[in-house]
Amino acid sequence: MHLTLLAIDWVLLIEKCVLILIIISVSLLVAMYETYAERKVAAFMQDRRGPSRAGPGGILQPLADGMKLFMKEEIIPAHSNRLLFVLGPGVAMLTAMMTSAVVPWSSHLVIGGRAVNLQIADVNIGILYIFGVVSMGVYGVMIGGWASNNKFSLLAAIRGASQIISYELAMGLSIIALLMITGTLSLRQIVENQQNTGHYYVFVQPLGFLIFLICAFAECNRSPFDLSEADNELNMGYHQEYSSMKLGFYLFAEYVAMFVSSAVMATLYWGGYDIPFVNDAALAQHWGQNPVAILQAVSLFAKICLFIFFFMWVRWTIPRFRYDQLMKMGWNWLIPLALVNMLVTGFLVLLKQNHWHF
Amino acid sequence: MQALTSRGKAVGRKPMTRWEKLYIPAIAKGMSITFGHMFKKKPTVNYPEKTRPFSPVFRGLHVLNRDEEGRERCTACGLCAVACPAEAITMEAAERLPGEENLYREEKYAAKYEINMLRCIFCGLCEEACPKDAIYLSETFAPSNYTRQGFIYGKEELLIPNPVTQPEEFARAKGQHHS
Repeated sequence: MHLTLLAIDWVLLIEKCVLILIIISVSLLVAMYETYAERKVAAFMQDRRGPSRAGPGGILQPLADGMKLFMKEEIIPAHSNRLLFVLGPGVAMLTAMMTSAVVPWSSHLVIGGRAVNLQIADVNIGILYIFGVVSMGVYGVMIGGWASNNKFSLLAAIRGASQIISYELAMGLSIIALLMITGTLSLRQIVENQQNTGHYYVFVQPLGFLIFLICAFAECNRSPFDLSEADNELNMGYHQEYSSMKLGFYLFAEYVAMFVSSAVMATLYWGGYDIPFVNDAALAQHWGQNPVAILQAVSLFAKICLFIFFFMWVRWTIPRFRYDQLMKMGWNWLIPLALVNMLVTGFLVLLKQNHWHF
Repeated sequence: MQALTSRGKAVGRKPMTRWEKLYIPAIAKGMSITFGHMFKKKPTVNYPEKTRPFSPVFRGLHVLNRDEEGRERCTACGLCAVACPAEAITMEAAERLPGEENLYREEKYAAKYEINMLRCIFCGLCEEACPKDAIYLSETFAPSNYTRQGFIYGKEELLIPNPVTQPEEFARAKGQHHS
């Protein structure tokens, strides 16, 4: 009994716990500053200045927003389903954060002779895990809409849920084409493949990347696919009845989902933590592993920031989709396109295996 | 049916070309426009550090004038109160006592003079009606306040500083064209 306690690798446990804490706090911090970045980017694109009074350049604005949300009154409607009402935002935030468990944030740090892998769970079914968790994200939306006991919220939640499940299919299909090329589901292996072959998969699979990008927009309920929170149609949709921290959780869950989607996109198609135009292995020999690992994490963050900027750029450019246009696009356009992509990729992969002759 | 003007333009209702149906090129063009806007000059003014310039005839807060020797010009004739379309001005007259010749110009002066800034519509009719050049509208606008009482401006808040006894404040009040 006591021997089994000694047999557990305590250092690994502590290492993973610390890593989880760090990644969750970083996700929340990034989500907080995404709200600030959204307002600034929106303002600059609309010829105005955005928040510039709270702290120098408005840096402390997210703190002010957070304090405001904390201090509001927590209202639970009388006829709502209490358990589900409180559970909804929790599920949304849970699924948004769980996805970040398999993303490789950097190669590995060498601490005290131990190689600390900067990825919480290096499962060899990484992509499948991500899809499973993202599918559970539908629950957050549906529970919120149902538990509010409000016709408009329910309508919005139904629209949101159908949107999410429609675009999940196209996302999965576009990934299959990528899997044919990489031959593995593990995210770390995909990044290492991109490092070794030297070209990022976006150049090998441009159509697949485009489809994945569009589906990522739909999964995050993000413009132009934000008809579940269409302010002028459905009065804030499924998070209308929420106030204070529950609303904060819903809004944050959307931003964390954006952050993690950007991380996944960067990992799958743009080389993840690989520093572009630089031979990472040679740099690690030259400078030591730890500085290079930190630089790699920084490069992943830079890619994520570029994607987040892209998310916001698209939001403030394109008008919203109508529901039938959205469904038509998801089922009639993206799925056939993804299938065609898969066929062409399969054909080319087989051809390559056969040394380019029939 | 004949068109009323010749400015009407025929709306082009051609079906979308194949290139347009893709939507992606149009989206890319829109995104380049939005991106370009990020680098344009913003028309925002950093109020209250900077203010937008007003023209010299801007009708702002009222000022009760004095003459060069520092005597109040207002004689409480009541023409401004009659001219005011919003009935914002009220006053009470008083007779000038023998020792007060340096304070008031004529024998009658306004002991109490009140303008209710909440009623005032800043039209400037009082300025046009005054025969003594005693009231005019300056370039400040009414600052905010927490109570309605705070908006009823009495004589102390309306009078311009005395050029004889308070020369710097007078110079500041006169020379301050808000830039």
